[in-house]
Amino acid sequence: MTAISASAGAASITVPSGLAPDRTYPARRALEAVGIPLAALVIAFVAFSIFLLALGKSPSDFALLVWKGAFGSWFSVQNTLQRAAPLLLTALCVALPAQLGLVIIGGEGAVVLGGLAATVVALPLSGAPPVLVQIAMAIAGAAMGAVWIGIAGALRALRGVNETISSLLLAYIGLALFNHLVEGPLRDPASLNKPSTWGIGEANMMAALPGTELHPGLLVGAIACVLCWVLISRTSVGFAARVTGGNLRAAQLQGLKVARLVIAACALGGAFAGLAGMIEVAAVHGRANASLAAGYGYTGVLIAFLARHNPIAIMPMAVLLGGIGAAGGLLQRRMGLPDATVLLLEGFIFVAILASETLYGRILWFQPRERRA
Amino acid sequence: MTGGALTTVAIAMLGGSLRVSTPFLFVSLGECLTEKSGRINLGNEGALVLGAMVAYATSYQTASPWAGVLAGALAGALLGALHGTVCSLARVNDVAMGIAIMLAGSGLAFFFGKPYVQPSAPHLPTLPLGFWSDLPQVRSALDVSPLFFAGVLAAIALHWLFRTTRIGLRIRIVGDSEDAARALGLPIDRIRLVATAVGSGLAGVGGAFLSLVYPGSWNEGLSSGQGLMAVALVVFARWNPLVCIAAALLFGAAGALGPSLQTVGVTQGYYLFYAAPYVVTLAILVLTVAPGRSLRGMPGELSLGK
Amino acid sequence: MSLIMRATRRQMLHGLGASGLALAAGLRPRPARAGELVVGFIYVGPKDDYGYNQAHAEAAAILKTMPGVKILEEEKVPETDDVEKTMESMIELDGASLLFPTSFGYFDPYMLRMAKKYKDVQFRHCGGLWSKDKHPMNAGSYFGYIGMGQYLNGIVAGHTTKTKKLGFIAAKPIPQVLINVNSFALGARSVDPSITTQVIFTGDWSMPVKEAEATNGLADQGIDVVTCHVDGPKVVVETAEHRGMYTCGYHANQAKLAPKGYLTGAEWNWITVYKMFVEDVQSGRPVPNFVRGGLAEGFVKMSPYGPAVSETARSHADAVKAEIMKGGYSVFKGPLKDNKGNQVIAAGAAYPETAIQIESMNYLVDGVAGSLS
Repeated sequence: MTAISASAGAASITVPSGLAPDRTYPARRALEAVGIPLAALVIAFVAFSIFLLALGKSPSDFALLVWKGAFGSWFSVQNTLQRAAPLLLTALCVALPAQLGLVIIGGEGAVVLGGLAATVVALPLSGAPPVLVQIAMAIAGAAMGAVWIGIAGALRALRGVNETISSLLLAYIGLALFNHLVEGPLRDPASLNKPSTWGIGEANMMAALPGTELHPGLLVGAIACVLCWVLISRTSVGFAARVTGGNLRAAQLQGLKVARLVIAACALGGAFAGLAGMIEVAAVHGRANASLAAGYGYTGVLIAFLARHNPIAIMPMAVLLGGIGAAGGLLQRRMGLPDATVLLLEGFIFVAILASETLYGRILWFQPRERRA
Repeated sequence: MTGGALTTVAIAMLGGSLRVSTPFLFVSLGECLTEKSGRINLGNEGALVLGAMVAYATSYQTASPWAGVLAGALAGALLGALHGTVCSLARVNDVAMGIAIMLAGSGLAFFFGKPYVQPSAPHLPTLPLGFWSDLPQVRSALDVSPLFFAGVLAAIALHWLFRTTRIGLRIRIVGDSEDAARALGLPIDRIRLVATAVGSGLAGVGGAFLSLVYPGSWNEGLSSGQGLMAVALVVFARWNPLVCIAAALLFGAAGALGPSLQTVGVTQGYYLFYAAPYVVTLAILVLTVAPGRSLRGMPGELSLGK
Repeated sequence: MSLIMRATRRQMLHGLGASGLALAAGLRPRPARAGELVVGFIYVGPKDDYGYNQAHAEAAAILKTMPGVKILEEEKVPETDDVEKTMESMIELDGASLLFPTSFGYFDPYMLRMAKKYKDVQFRHCGGLWSKDKHPMNAGSYFGYIGMGQYLNGIVAGHTTKTKKLGFIAAKPIPQVLINVNSFALGARSVDPSITTQVIFTGDWSMPVKEAEATNGLADQGIDVVTCHVDGPKVVVETAEHRGMYTCGYHANQAKLAPKGYLTGAEWNWITVYKMFVEDVQSGRPVPNFVRGGLAEGFVKMSPYGPAVSETARSHADAVKAEIMKGGYSVFKGPLKDNKGNQVIAAGAAYPETAIQIESMNYLVDGVAGSLS
């Protein structure tokens, strides 16, 4: 799953086959989809280097440390991928509704409640075969997430309530509910200074991927991204969603059931976020507690936008963010930079990549020959 | 709950709404202005945090809290100008860019704010409007910051601006229909840029209130998402600056509910009480939005409504 | 919880790349030089918070001046699998052989997992309940009996209050917090049994606006002495000073923030503990696994009395402190009822600070107004 191959895959979906007489156009179009964000990335790093120089820090040390911390060794690569894993699923929670033009920013609520639901289901099943327990947990987590984001979808479709705002409010409410339950009715009295639910049991924990220390969430996330790409670009439902996202009135004229599509897209996105919560419980924490609210839901929003809501492009973007996070400690220890350096660098990158959106279709070399003429 | 306890909660909520509402008021007015011009700015959260840090640092360095407020407003405005500039490029998504600006603003504030966590900077003075009362609770509740009144004045001024002035009319036209604005030859991008920068400047003042008035300290956990909630408050207020005052006061009072209920013995389920402002907002949104048509007062070009 | 904090905690995770070829001067992997002990400190929040994290960071700063010791620090590391990667990178890349993850939530399962993986590295955790039967021998925990400091705070507060009503602003109802609340209340009641203590839980460790609202709420209730257990007491102390209340400090000395109302405070003195561990490792002695200490051992100290403390209060508190220094002093002794009327310690039973029962406290004593969920 390198950045190059995944981005190339991302590009291929936007190729309108058979439309362009220029045979080189699909390749040029693919290059555009890879080249523009890469150029933006370079610009962000250059701008950040100037910022560092102004502070009297060495940009070359900085770049080498980011490289080493993120990808410089097998340990670093695993560190990066581990951080990317939960973000694949939470980014889907944003990217799927985005096909319909919806902006969901409250995936965090689905993550924590999904993790909690998965834990609650596992508790009475102790003694059952671990595979069954894990399947039950996955279903419960996904269902809970689907309900939570589905509410935002339903409010939008049926009442016209803006989904961006309602999903944010639902995230705050979901976190409050989660804290109330974990520190109240569902608390294991033995979890002393870190209030938690009862554990799901060592036997029910998911094992690492063979040959690595990475939990299976990475694989699940990658498969989910590919499936979503197929769903969006290769099925009639996906086509209907894209039509709706492109033009609501046209969709209604064609008799598409827009309300149903909106609710379904939100629920499916929420299901992925809930699944992310379930995997965090089943592969990392072993129980539900405040560690679940680590902000994966919010980071997913950033990744989805960086990936232009393309499920395949989510993968390299999650790796990029995971890598920057993985390098953060090295920057603190080796260069004496504050922890907020990572945040700031990400700010630079987001501004650059989002601003580069304006370049699509504007650079003539990437265009079909007849447009260039 | 006894009558005395009710009075206590009522006074606490009155005081709380006056204390807690001001940042909400400023940031929602800023968001309102920006949205009236047809653009949304989630980056006001970043402007709020950056404004808080810059205001505190300036107040500490210059010993003048008013200079701090000014510097906070300026920092917010610069961040807003960045948002406005980038968003004026074709096809740049303002919601996503807002999130990027939020990140960049908070990143800058945390990066440069480290040395100012510990020092105590001079606070803005408050107006003792409760002097007539013998009750210390009432006196304290009515110990109001001049920034609160500045916010109310700003709301009235904005209302007047939109209603009666040429500038306000232009902002509204740009926000309602790009086609109409183009037909009238209005400089769409420039009007939006100014509206965004000024709006972010107001958010910066909201941040200055957090660090220089209440709670009156700079640290990285200072904002509890006021800048984001502003987007909800503006919908709530139907893009009417005067209603923003009521919305901010209501939100402030709801925020004071949790701690004050605990002081009178309602101690169970405090997490749920803390979520009260969000539940109330969501409930009001659900109850007041009519399905099938866009919101009354909503600027037509706003990406929220599309 | 601030959304931006949530949104960014993920990206601010600190991990670090592993070795690999040295790419530039100053960027080589830095294994410990012969005879040099590399010690890693991990903080959950910013290390200049005027509170919990700063207390640890100040001790780390003193350790830096010891010969043959190299200190690594990372701040704002969340309580997820990211802290595993932070520990691992400190070991793999910088050759750390003694690690202090200072936040409670780091212990189980994250630090325990790393201790099992790196058997040559010593892990000592702040606040955890290490037990010989359950946990690896290269792991361990340390903590200080700061409740005794809160008991002395309570005595001073009990002498100072005019309204006989005290306030305590706390983050979460966990044992470490409840010990402090109850000790404070019992200290005050040893002066005058009619004194009550109102506790307010803010729900999280750093909530500046809620902490300020809670302080104001307490002032409105006629409460005139307040203390707290949150990560950074700055807001509480400053707000209380503004309202003309008296304050007792916590974590560190906040006298500067409240020149009029600061009475005294319970402070950590972590350097005692850290120096002991470092010296044990340097001299090849076995490193103790379960370390606790209080005022007598120098793990905890009291802030100097403020101007508002009466002569009676001073002499009373000093006398009790002298008793505590002798060892075996019991704050929690039967018969003791909780605030619901249940007997929690039977007549005749007495738990000194060293009693392990105290570390799983789950009640508020009689005289405290508040509830645990």
